[in-house]
Amino acid sequence: MRRTTRVLTAVALAAAALLGSATGATADDEAPTEAGTAFRTAVAIEQGEKATADASTGDYLYWQFPAGAGQRATVKATVNLPEASARHGAATWQLDVFDGLRRRQACTSGDRTVRASGQDTTVALSCTLRTVRPWSERWANDPLPGAYYIRLTVVDVPDRDLGLPVKAEVEATAEDAGGARAEGGALGAPLHAAAVAEPEDGWNGSWWSGRWGWTVGGAVLCALAAVGGYTLTRHPRRR
Amino acid sequence: MIITKRLAVGALALLAALAGGVAPAGAADGPAKESPKVELVLDVSGSMRARDVDGQSRMAAAQQAFNEVIDAVPDNVRLGIRTLGANYAGDDKETGCRDSKQLYPVGKVDRTEAKTAVATLRPTGWTPIGYALRGADQDLGTDGGTRRIVLITDGEDSCGMPDPCDVARELAAKGTHLTVDTLGLTQDDKTREQLSCIAEATGGTYTTVRHTKELSGRIKQLVRRADTPVETPKPVKGADACSTAPEVGGGIWTDRATFGEHRWYRVTVKPGQELRASVSVGADRAVDRDYGVLVRAVGESGQELVRGSDAGSGRTDVMASGLRLPVWKAKEDDKEPRTVCLEVSHSFSAPASVKRDPGLPLELAVDVVKAPDNPSDLAAFGLGRGWALLAVLGVTGLLVGLLWGWLARWRFAVWREN
Repeated sequence: MRRTTRVLTAVALAAAALLGSATGATADDEAPTEAGTAFRTAVAIEQGEKATADASTGDYLYWQFPAGAGQRATVKATVNLPEASARHGAATWQLDVFDGLRRRQACTSGDRTVRASGQDTTVALSCTLRTVRPWSERWANDPLPGAYYIRLTVVDVPDRDLGLPVKAEVEATAEDAGGARAEGGALGAPLHAAAVAEPEDGWNGSWWSGRWGWTVGGAVLCALAAVGGYTLTRHPRRR
Repeated sequence: MIITKRLAVGALALLAALAGGVAPAGAADGPAKESPKVELVLDVSGSMRARDVDGQSRMAAAQQAFNEVIDAVPDNVRLGIRTLGANYAGDDKETGCRDSKQLYPVGKVDRTEAKTAVATLRPTGWTPIGYALRGADQDLGTDGGTRRIVLITDGEDSCGMPDPCDVARELAAKGTHLTVDTLGLTQDDKTREQLSCIAEATGGTYTTVRHTKELSGRIKQLVRRADTPVETPKPVKGADACSTAPEVGGGIWTDRATFGEHRWYRVTVKPGQELRASVSVGADRAVDRDYGVLVRAVGESGQELVRGSDAGSGRTDVMASGLRLPVWKAKEDDKEPRTVCLEVSHSFSAPASVKRDPGLPLELAVDVVKAPDNPSDLAAFGLGRGWALLAVLGVTGLLVGLLWGWLARWRFAVWREN
């Protein structure tokens, strides 16, 4: 019995791994080389796509990417700073992520605020979001399927360094959170998703999850245990 | 005979079709009416003579960059050029501060003509930035399409009044979607402060230019940016109470909210629909360190239904938040639309020296979508998971089996007795 469950779980895990690796979609078209300057003009990127942008220190750079239910998204950004000789001191860069309704999203891990010393040539920032849920109560600001906005900017810099050219690079990836985070419910429509492409598994995630294995395994176990119990007590013919 | 006639008719029809096909293409030669408009405003004041951009004069660098930009202008962008300080070399401030002229009208670019016009420029006079911005705003007109000014200068306004930063904010508040991007050709503190302030006031960007290549690259980027299609917000004026609030539907709306002011809007939502609202309040001037924004959905009876808020501190462009409000059916055939009021407030504050009017730019994005019913189960398809589930199912199965077996045994015993 145990073996059956193990096999089932293994099959489920393998499937999850396959699906998980498939979410890092490969982009055929070229990655964007511009960034938006406001929520309204945020440039749409795909998951797994490296977008770049030339900008000035002090610009607010916006992108948006899609994430579906059951995905745990990670945003990574790298900023190539102006040459050290032109700068006048340390600068603090920050990565903010907002959902499709422009609600700030918490970073569960990663360095979203990084202070670069006067000598650093690059700054690397990252932010891992909570797992996207297919539905939440209206009072909650849980991450929901739809677009996510990325905002990259310098939050603290010597005034004299404003306006110097920088080069930014961002990438949003997502991993499947697995059956433990598989949930029910659905939204009527993903949040503000007009500009972004639907993730491979759809906005509500794949119908498949390890929970099928557990539930079917449990049913089989139940039936076998029932047959076992019956045979234990009955034995009428042996008398 | 008939065949010839048919052929002739066919040929005529073909010609007509061709003509018909060609005519609209000919008419669409110029850019469409809604196409984006960009005006480059170039400082031609005396200080542009300084030779500090890659060994050439600032003027020469700007001219070279303009030539490259003119070559690279996308076809549907209407481009214009305005100069400031190009004509009056005298000492009379009054005259010098009104020295701003349109060098090339906003429209489809004739590349040779535009380049010739730029080539004639020589560094001459004063730096009336505020005056030039007003002129550029008029040049761009108000006939729709995005409007962008790219200001290239090497010094702060030498005229004082009007303050270019106030002018920029005033132009941005007119509701004609104007963005001013500024490029500074010096690293001078005062110039940078002023140009940053102009950019901040209109949601534009500020760039320090040290090399010719940076200059042309940045201007090209800004022109391309103007060409990016974007939804234009509609103006709305929020009221100070729910009862008098204007009705807003789906779409993006802009308004202004001064410090301490609450803005109310009304949205009609039918049962079975979900209201989604996002709000951004921009910090377009110097503000105090801490700030926040709050958006509340309030029912007709004055009860708060749901809210969204955010707070922060430090350097920022906007403070944003949002909310979603599904409206469920109270009974089976509930079709009565509900009025939901949206109240937007912010806690930005500013030092006393900062101008209060116009208020901070407010952007409201409203969307009404079909909402599903309240989900019956939050587990995926109601499925279970984990060892506890297996234990419960296994033990239950075993107990049922035992009971059933015991029943069978008992029935067998009863049957044998009889």
